[in-house]
Amino acid sequence: MAFIDYYKILGIDKTATDKDIKNAYRKQARKYHPDLNPNNAEANKKFQEINEANEVLSDAEKRKKYDKYGENWQHGEAYEQQTRQQQSRRSSNSGSGGFEGFGGGFGGGEDFSDFFQSMFGGAGSAGGGRRTGYRGQDLNAEYQLNLQDTLQTHKQTLTVNGKNIRITIPAGIENGQTIKIAGHGGAGVNGGPAGDLFIKFNIPADARFKRDGANLYNTIKLDLYTAVLGGDLMVETPTGKVKVKVKPETQNGTKVKLKGKGMPVYKKENEYGDLFITYDIQIPVNLTDKQKQLFEELSKS
Amino acid sequence: MKTEHLVAVSEFCVYHNVDNTFIHSLQQAGLVSITMVKEDNFIPETELKKLEKMISLHQLDINVAGIEAITHLLERVEQMQQRLIGMHNKLRLYEEE
Repeated sequence: MAFIDYYKILGIDKTATDKDIKNAYRKQARKYHPDLNPNNAEANKKFQEINEANEVLSDAEKRKKYDKYGENWQHGEAYEQQTRQQQSRRSSNSGSGGFEGFGGGFGGGEDFSDFFQSMFGGAGSAGGGRRTGYRGQDLNAEYQLNLQDTLQTHKQTLTVNGKNIRITIPAGIENGQTIKIAGHGGAGVNGGPAGDLFIKFNIPADARFKRDGANLYNTIKLDLYTAVLGGDLMVETPTGKVKVKVKPETQNGTKVKLKGKGMPVYKKENEYGDLFITYDIQIPVNLTDKQKQLFEELSKS
Repeated sequence: MKTEHLVAVSEFCVYHNVDNTFIHSLQQAGLVSITMVKEDNFIPETELKKLEKMISLHQLDINVAGIEAITHLLERVEQMQQRLIGMHNKLRLYEEE
């Protein structure tokens, strides 16, 4: 656990007055406040640091303690006392923020650093600092799906802060899209409404298909003979293989549209995008003498 | 009219320790809508999120004009973030796996 220089975080020196601290905090907060930096995890983290620094330096008692031990905080009686009490704290502090069952989900919990906790104890975010809203806090989470999962609307049960919630993930949802689950954020204060839960869906690039909205794209290999003479070809779609007729004398790079074989259109029932396939014609290799001869005849015909 | 989804301005101001006039100037700037019920002012629940954001800006010494400008800019930032996600997804079309 490293020492945290709260003065440095706020950009002030040790002689700073209460007013200097307040001003420095506000100045930094105007830059990094989450409300001014939507969807910016980095700024959010920075703001938590600023908040923590302010929590300590704006509180006369905490500041005094912090100044007294400074970088030698581990030798202070406070640390020793904390260490003894830590076991019990650890167990009571667990369970704040974070979502079970969510890949990399994060709650709105403004947990202070381990350094803070070992010096001042407790989770700390309760006393002062950023005032909590009347309306409950919005929570953010991320959830990963693959392309196949988005072919049909489906229901999913997620565990958020120990509570099970059932959500409906509409077919055709796209990578990076966010769904709002109203009222499933943090609880409100004094009868204020609860916040909302925002779930952002991550859909990694699919190995088979490229996607653009509801349309899908794929390049498939076509042998020279079928390209020249025409024939049938089995083509993979998200919902299985379909037979496609190849026209005689098909040119390399020809694009064919398979209507309605793309992704479902988001929130439009029974509407589908198209699947576009591009032919990559394969020139035969390792020809036998006989085959070479036939090609020569062809070229002279 | 039902009042269950409304929050009294007076109660809200006490909770956040802000002046009534601040809410009033936000309303005048068209940043928040306030409902009158029997001569009392109420904030619709749907406006709370927006309003609480504005209060945190106010607590950082940003005045109503500044909040107004920031609100418009933030709307544009969010639109741009949406467009950026769309562009990222489109770029995948040209990326080799």
